[in-house]
Amino acid sequence: MHEMSLAEGIRQMVLAEAQRHGFTAVRRLRLEIGRFAGVEKTALAFCFDVVMRGSPAEGAELEMIDLPGVAMCYDCMREVEIADRLDPCPICGGGRLVPVAGDEMRIKDMEVV
Amino acid sequence: MCTVCGCGDGAKPGGLALNHDAAHRPGSAHHHGHDHDRGQGQLHFGTGPAGLSVAGVSQARLIEVETNILAKNDALATGNRRVLRALGAYAVNLVSSPGSGKTTLLVKTIAAMAGVPLAVIEGDQQTENDAERIRATGAPAIQINTGKGCHLDADMVGRAMERLNLTPGGFLFIENVGNLVCPAAFDLGEDAKVAILSVTEGEDKPLKYPDMFTAARLALLNKVDLAPHTDADLDAYEANLRRVNPRIDILRVSARTGEGMAGWVTWLRRQHAAKTLAKAG
Ligand SMILES: Nc1nc2c(ncn2[C@@H]2O[C@H](COP(=O)(O)OP(=O)(O)O)[C@@H](O)[C@H]2O)c(=O)[nH]1
Ligand SMILES: [Mg+2]
Ligand SMILES: [Zn+2]
Ligand SMILES: [Zn+2]
Repeated sequence: MHEMSLAEGIRQMVLAEAQRHGFTAVRRLRLEIGRFAGVEKTALAFCFDVVMRGSPAEGAELEMIDLPGVAMCYDCMREVEIADRLDPCPICGGGRLVPVAGDEMRIKDMEVV
Repeated sequence: MCTVCGCGDGAKPGGLALNHDAAHRPGSAHHHGHDHDRGQGQLHFGTGPAGLSVAGVSQARLIEVETNILAKNDALATGNRRVLRALGAYAVNLVSSPGSGKTTLLVKTIAAMAGVPLAVIEGDQQTENDAERIRATGAPAIQINTGKGCHLDADMVGRAMERLNLTPGGFLFIENVGNLVCPAAFDLGEDAKVAILSVTEGEDKPLKYPDMFTAARLALLNKVDLAPHTDADLDAYEANLRRVNPRIDILRVSARTGEGMAGWVTWLRRQHAAKTLAKAG
């Protein structure tokens, strides 16, 4: 994944929210990251620190919340939760699963002053 | 050279003027804060933590954002999609590893579709080579150089589309940067992602990079002319593609010999016709 672009996206949103809500600093920012989003969390944390410099989120604490990976099994036609993109279906053992949730990369909220 | 992302400075001659400042303007998907745009950011949004000199600071509050990190890109992609729909044009986002044969395939596709209006957006980190290969066929092409950037985004594509003067009812082919990872996450406004996988890359490529093959509507198994000379197992390629994406269409082609190209052109025409019908209905 391109963690630098994600950090840039976060920065843009921080700037937009700062303008809308009139805050000057972000203390803590929470992200929700799906298991299938392919985000390298250590890399994102690093990029976050670099990219937020000079923005209200400079020095902010970054918290990442995992969201489960959910897939549709094309063998038993049920929605199942799996930890890894290529895991077999926990119900029927089938291997043809299409993700239906778990690719999220969202800013959940920010604590600001 | 940008010290944060390493992207190169300056417009590329003849290419899209994605010069550094424009690419980094606030609102551009590539924008991020560093020396040459920090002043602008400060102008609009205050002086940041270093300037927090007001004593007795106001109380902390929680702002619920609940927004996709790539929302900006997605909104721009939606805009591109609207433009394409109004034009009745069908757009393909071609993705693959470097060297799978995207440009060669495009050159052959243009020849096979003679008479159909089409245009090409070429994405590479450096050089104008691929756009020149396309222009040699007579088709209009714009080159986007992403510098160190490893994918195209909707902003770059939208600006390239403005330059291209797209013909109504035609096709737009976007050759993404050779990379099987992040182009999967960046919607460009295309109608379909088409992944090219050449038969020398290894049967387990789809398993190693499932996101890209999950996002693709069609996989072109390219360079099948080489299959007899290697131990490539074409059925295993297909099985692995279907394992990660049971709905994917698969076509075996050779951009070198032209084998399977008719099927690919038929696939494109059908998709275009289906889009036109959906718009009318
Ligand atoms: N044998 C063979 N070579 C091919 C085929 N398609 C492309 N190539 C070669 O693969 C190399 C990379 O092709 P190119 O189109 O530049 O790949 P791109 O990086 O995906 O745009 C070139 O040397 C092409 O001539 C094919 O179907 N068969
Ligand atoms: Mg190429
Ligand atoms: Zn199942
Ligand atoms: Zn990238």
